[in-house]
Amino acid sequence: MNRNAKLPETEEGTILFNTDPIVIRHHYEIDYIHSYAQDSPFFAGLAKKKLLGSKCEACGHIYATPRGHCMECGAATRWFELPQRGRVHTFTTCHFGSEAFLKETPFTLILVEFDGVDTLFMSRLIGVEPDEARIGMPVRARFVRNCKFRPTDVYFVPE
Amino acid sequence: MRPVYMISGGITKFAKAHPDKDFRLMVKEAFDYAMDDVPGLSRDLIDGSVCSYFSDHFTRQLKAGAMVQDYLGLCPMPSRRIEGGGATGGLCLQAAWEAVASGRMEVCIAFGFETMSRVNTWKGNEFIAHASDTNFDYPVGGFYTGYYAMMVHRHMHEFGTTVEQMARVAIKNHRNALFNPYAQSPAGLSIADVRSSPMVSTPLTILDCCQMSDGAAVAILASEAAAERLCNRPVRITGVGCGTDAMRMADRPHGRVILLPHESEEDYRDLKYPGVHSFRGGRTAAKLAYRMAGITNPVEELDFVELHDAYTSSEIQTYEDLGLCRYGKGGLFVDQGCPFMPDIDYGSDAPARGERCLPVNPSGGLLACGHPVGATGLMQAVFAFWQLQDTVGKHMGNETLRVRGAKRGLIHSHAGTGTYITVTILERA
Repeated sequence: MNRNAKLPETEEGTILFNTDPIVIRHHYEIDYIHSYAQDSPFFAGLAKKKLLGSKCEACGHIYATPRGHCMECGAATRWFELPQRGRVHTFTTCHFGSEAFLKETPFTLILVEFDGVDTLFMSRLIGVEPDEARIGMPVRARFVRNCKFRPTDVYFVPE
Repeated sequence: MRPVYMISGGITKFAKAHPDKDFRLMVKEAFDYAMDDVPGLSRDLIDGSVCSYFSDHFTRQLKAGAMVQDYLGLCPMPSRRIEGGGATGGLCLQAAWEAVASGRMEVCIAFGFETMSRVNTWKGNEFIAHASDTNFDYPVGGFYTGYYAMMVHRHMHEFGTTVEQMARVAIKNHRNALFNPYAQSPAGLSIADVRSSPMVSTPLTILDCCQMSDGAAVAILASEAAAERLCNRPVRITGVGCGTDAMRMADRPHGRVILLPHESEEDYRDLKYPGVHSFRGGRTAAKLAYRMAGITNPVEELDFVELHDAYTSSEIQTYEDLGLCRYGKGGLFVDQGCPFMPDIDYGSDAPARGERCLPVNPSGGLLACGHPVGATGLMQAVFAFWQLQDTVGKHMGNETLRVRGAKRGLIHSHAGTGTYITVTILERA
């Protein structure tokens, strides 16, 4: 036993915002080992400049945003290639946003509708001024060359 | 199932930041207020609690409910946490209702809180956006105001809803809040004020959106026997309903309207439903709650509504889901003056009041009271309880927001882009 045991002192301090009450900065960050699991073929498709959706062969429901099992009947879906031309179903231009995207503002979000497909696909629209976006506007998919395996590897431009 | 009553409620003043109080102390204040209002209720008569808070990220503490439970002195009674995004408070109230209705508890405490000031606003928006699909939605520019802005653009396209109608909702709720001492952002506004405030996501300006808040709320529910013993003016919960929809807005179907008793197929021959303009989860919750409470024509049979107006646009969308007007007529419902308080002067931009009057968000709603997520649905229960007890004057210090003769009210709690929604009907016993 050492009755004179002592912790070593450090030179790290604490960022203090206020003293009454005491408000300090607390830092916290995470790197996940995230698996796209059954959604993976969609992201692989982006690297090949393909937009993949899901088709339910049991009930015929067709999804623009993929899902492994049908939301209507529960059957397993199969992958199919979506058309790369669609229309703006709705839109907004974000002048503020989550912290992660603040530096990208203003950006325009759209939901894209495709002929013969029952559901929509969320994406970014570029190449238009904020006041030029319109519901029903024909749009075309483009893909980044250096794939990042994120949904933003595809984006839309006006036809 | 047996009858369930609300016998007391308490809330803290909602504020942008309460750095002097952590979540335990905020709940304690609301709890003590509620306990003081039913002097006959001692701690040994409480059978357990249900806890409501949305985000471990905001709290910087997992299992925070356990810390509130011990701070309130409720250990070792049963408790659990309920979580369902923005509807967390409404779901919590219904969980407490289940505990009493089932006979498991005689007296159950529903407590809720959120401390959103612990990060900056844009980090907070990032947390909230993680309550959207993190594979397909969040990375594209996840931002709830953006999602709601896309919805309302579609609502405007389908039905002709206008930004002026939305601004009138902001005028109404902020003006009501001038008389609510618990509200975070009371104000007298004009349409020009709303439209010239900073644009967040077209067409929603910052005054079309609720703010982040620190706050807590408590509701105490009891069986009939306990309510009779403890409270001279209990309020009965006569209807509960809950509905859901797909997490991703993009997955919403375009099918047939779910009809309420006072509607017919003829009303909606060409409408594709719910699309992204309507909430079938809200319609489902209303349908279930109306059936249980025996309501067949809500606008005639309700005396007031406290609904989840996270955005001016979602208040208009929700009028329609609740069947206060037909789908597509939410903007007109505002322009006819229906949801305004009959005796408050809202300024020159307010519509003329017509014959029909059904005050919506007399408290000021989320837009003006604030939205400390886990507390919000319980805040609505507390305000509704005071209305039905006819104790608004006692608790708010003035009678301006009192809905005279109120016998039946509806509260509505809403998560995500409509993923979980609850509707609860309360009635004067």
